[in-house]
Amino acid sequence: MDDHILTMRSITKTFPGVKALEDVSLNVVRGEIHAICGENGAGKSTLMKVLSGVYPTGSYDGEIVFDGQTVNFSGIRDSEHVGIVIIHQELALVPYLSIAENMFLGNERKGRGGLIDWNRANAEAAALLASVGLHENPVTPVGQLGVGKQQLVEIAKALSKDVKLLILDEPTAALNDIDSAHLLGLMRRLREQGITCIMISHKLNEITAVSDNVTVIRDGKTVETLNLHAGEVTQGRIIRGMVGRDLESFYPDRQSDPGEEVMRVEDWTVVHATQDRKVVDGAAFSVRAGEVVGIAGLMGAGRTELAMSIFGRSYGRNITGRLFMHGKEIRVRDVPEAIDAGIAYATEDRKKYGLNLIEDIRRNVSAAALGKLARRGFVNGNEEIKVAETSRRDMNIKAPSVLSVVGKLSGGNQQKVVLSKWLFTDPDVLILDEPTRGIDVGAKYEIYTIVNKLVADGKAVVVISSELPELLGICDRIYTLSAGRITGQMPVNQATQESLMELMTKEKEPVG
Amino acid sequence: MSTTAPAPAPAPAAEVTSKALHTGSSDVRTLLTRNLRTSGIYIAFVAIVALFAILTGGTSLSPGNITNIVLQYSYILVLAIGMVLVIIAGHIDLSVGSVVALTGAVSAVLVIREGVPWWVGILAAIAVGLLVGVWHGFWVAYVGIPAFIVTLAGMLLFRGLTLQVLDNITLSPFPAGYGQVAGGFLNGLLGGNGYDAFTLLVGALAVAGYAVNGFRTRTARIRYAQPVESFPLFVVRVVAVGAVVMAFAWQLAHARGLPIVLIILGLLIMVYAVVSNRTIFGRQIYAIGGNLSAAMLSGVKVKAVNFWIFVNMGFLSAVAGVIYSARSNGAQPSAGNMFELDAIAAAFIGGAAVTGGVGTVVGAMVGGLIMAVMSNGMQLMGVDQSVQSVVKGLVLLLAVAFDVYNKRRAGAGR
Repeated sequence: MDDHILTMRSITKTFPGVKALEDVSLNVVRGEIHAICGENGAGKSTLMKVLSGVYPTGSYDGEIVFDGQTVNFSGIRDSEHVGIVIIHQELALVPYLSIAENMFLGNERKGRGGLIDWNRANAEAAALLASVGLHENPVTPVGQLGVGKQQLVEIAKALSKDVKLLILDEPTAALNDIDSAHLLGLMRRLREQGITCIMISHKLNEITAVSDNVTVIRDGKTVETLNLHAGEVTQGRIIRGMVGRDLESFYPDRQSDPGEEVMRVEDWTVVHATQDRKVVDGAAFSVRAGEVVGIAGLMGAGRTELAMSIFGRSYGRNITGRLFMHGKEIRVRDVPEAIDAGIAYATEDRKKYGLNLIEDIRRNVSAAALGKLARRGFVNGNEEIKVAETSRRDMNIKAPSVLSVVGKLSGGNQQKVVLSKWLFTDPDVLILDEPTRGIDVGAKYEIYTIVNKLVADGKAVVVISSELPELLGICDRIYTLSAGRITGQMPVNQATQESLMELMTKEKEPVG
Repeated sequence: MSTTAPAPAPAPAAEVTSKALHTGSSDVRTLLTRNLRTSGIYIAFVAIVALFAILTGGTSLSPGNITNIVLQYSYILVLAIGMVLVIIAGHIDLSVGSVVALTGAVSAVLVIREGVPWWVGILAAIAVGLLVGVWHGFWVAYVGIPAFIVTLAGMLLFRGLTLQVLDNITLSPFPAGYGQVAGGFLNGLLGGNGYDAFTLLVGALAVAGYAVNGFRTRTARIRYAQPVESFPLFVVRVVAVGAVVMAFAWQLAHARGLPIVLIILGLLIMVYAVVSNRTIFGRQIYAIGGNLSAAMLSGVKVKAVNFWIFVNMGFLSAVAGVIYSARSNGAQPSAGNMFELDAIAAAFIGGAAVTGGVGTVVGAMVGGLIMAVMSNGMQLMGVDQSVQSVVKGLVLLLAVAFDVYNKRRAGAGR
């Protein structure tokens, strides 16, 4: 019989009107990496909140046994006390405080007279940082670190609390491939040290690579727990559990039939917003009607900077280069001009830059093209609702009504609202920056289907992504971007992950 | 994908009108509970009016007193109109009290000391207000200094300029024409029988306008297959609002008639309610307050919108300055002291959110009236100034606490 460090039995959690979890059970073996996967809204995060005491005992039904004892948490402090630490998807670090200050926040290393012993704190922090493979000075402000390193600080912080069970919510969602690989390596090392990990993830390749068992949750219920060491558990097998059916393919089929060139960029150079370096350097690319063009690049390659500087100079300084629409050179000085020129840009961070989260679907859909709903400056509210209803139907946005507040929708549905907003501007070119980041497999498939419909309607689509299988699955042509330069382009049928990755990591050629 | 909506096929008007009389789904309960957040403020208002009517033995609802409330608090309400827009966009304006003083002072110097016609003084005051707005708008929108700092500086700056303009002394009195703005009445135009028929007529027209507009909105919603309240409920609503307005007009008619300042205020409220709710400019204010970055990337010219919000605040501050100087029949160096706080309080009691993106003009008006009715009621009861201040402070705190509580509940309800 396995030694279970954690057993959650028949957990049921209801919110007014919604059953978020129903009779969910979870068994985690001591010292394993246990993955939990399921579509957005399936109840993964709710389950973790129950486990970590965010939802206190009494607000749910069921039993939690940790380390052989039934536990009743009334708050997150209780769960941390027994050694359960959760690291959320949105990191909870204070950017202006140092690594050490963040690590011991709320758990300060006290010296004489109750004052903080900073020498001790910094020394301990340095030791913990070394154990997670992060070589930074503990007095460095966290804001100066990249996301990957911040994640490591979070883990070091968890280790400082004598963690027995570490819960990672989408740990690699914001990381590039190299940082992700590092993090997964660290998780393996923690396992060797006897620390149990629960990992919530959408990335099935990572789950199959590192975890021992995977529990699939669908619609608030446990579907199954699969042992990844026993027999053939493929990604397809996991997906079948998540969506309740076989996806014949991750990517819907499409007939490729590109037409006239719609947008062309030549010799595009952008200087960093605050620092004196070029983030985009002489980039050139083009996209035709009915064509999906991919831009592959690692984080920091200048992908978003390239897109945003084209979209009405909304990023960077000293932007130079030429932009052609339908063969004619145009000047675009700000976002309204870009929208008028038929360019749309859906950002990679929809919560921060894409949506007004406190407003409803209706207001978000109309936000970029209110003029189309207005006569002499007056907005026709009924027409606005009609437009939103049309989008809700066409995009299959799952919400009770178009008056539902966008902040409460799942990631996939929020992304559909963002797409609706840009489609309502009736663009010729859509630039989609990481269109499927943080959304589940089913919603991804829907987004791809929408992209296919758009190109069938003769729109040109540019997809920026760090997920190479995605680019290979939906694009006609792929450019690679490295350190602000276009290092290559190839039709999709000639591209492989390896060939793309080689170009994406290509160093700047020596000038000569 | 046809997200470009074609024009709706308009149903024949007659058919829609007949449908307007019979369709309707929402019942009273959903109407009330649908938005406790907004209806809560109206309930609170009614409760406070009733409370003071009882406490003062009906004096607070007497014709003379109702006229008084209108005259006494109109300038705060005018300021609150501008302030709620500033707050929705995620800013604040601490300078409006000083701007009220400065605009009043400029007008007083021109009219009283230089002897120009009274309307020239008013125009000069408005011009000064607009310039102040341009000044604030420039620093906030184009230089990017937080409005708290810019207007805190403005508060000191324009108070100082007021003292300069007035040479530190009070100027008074204004000629009769000027005083009409704040103290004048339109009455006797249709003759009087112990009451002013004209005031009642204006009241009746307002109610008729409300009913017609409500019916047209309802018809339009039906044409677009939107849910509407049932027809009897619609009638009840119109009758209820009509009764309140007519009772109010009746009381005014039995005092001194229709105050000119009420007409100004009514027009401003109507215009700004429509601007904030139905125009592109208004929508962009909410978009900026809700998510600045998203608004910018949706093509909102954020700088221009912020600039005009402050220009507008300057304009309304000047209007309030004219009304206040006319009412106090002169310009004092200390005029308008703490007005900014009353205006800000009105906006927040009326449901505006500190974080921006939320609030309504009508809500701010009700918030302002709650403060007005309380102050006035306590004055009638002879409550000490110190106690009044304590009560007002607590009401502000509780109103916002109630708001936060409601939001949290709505959030949990999902």
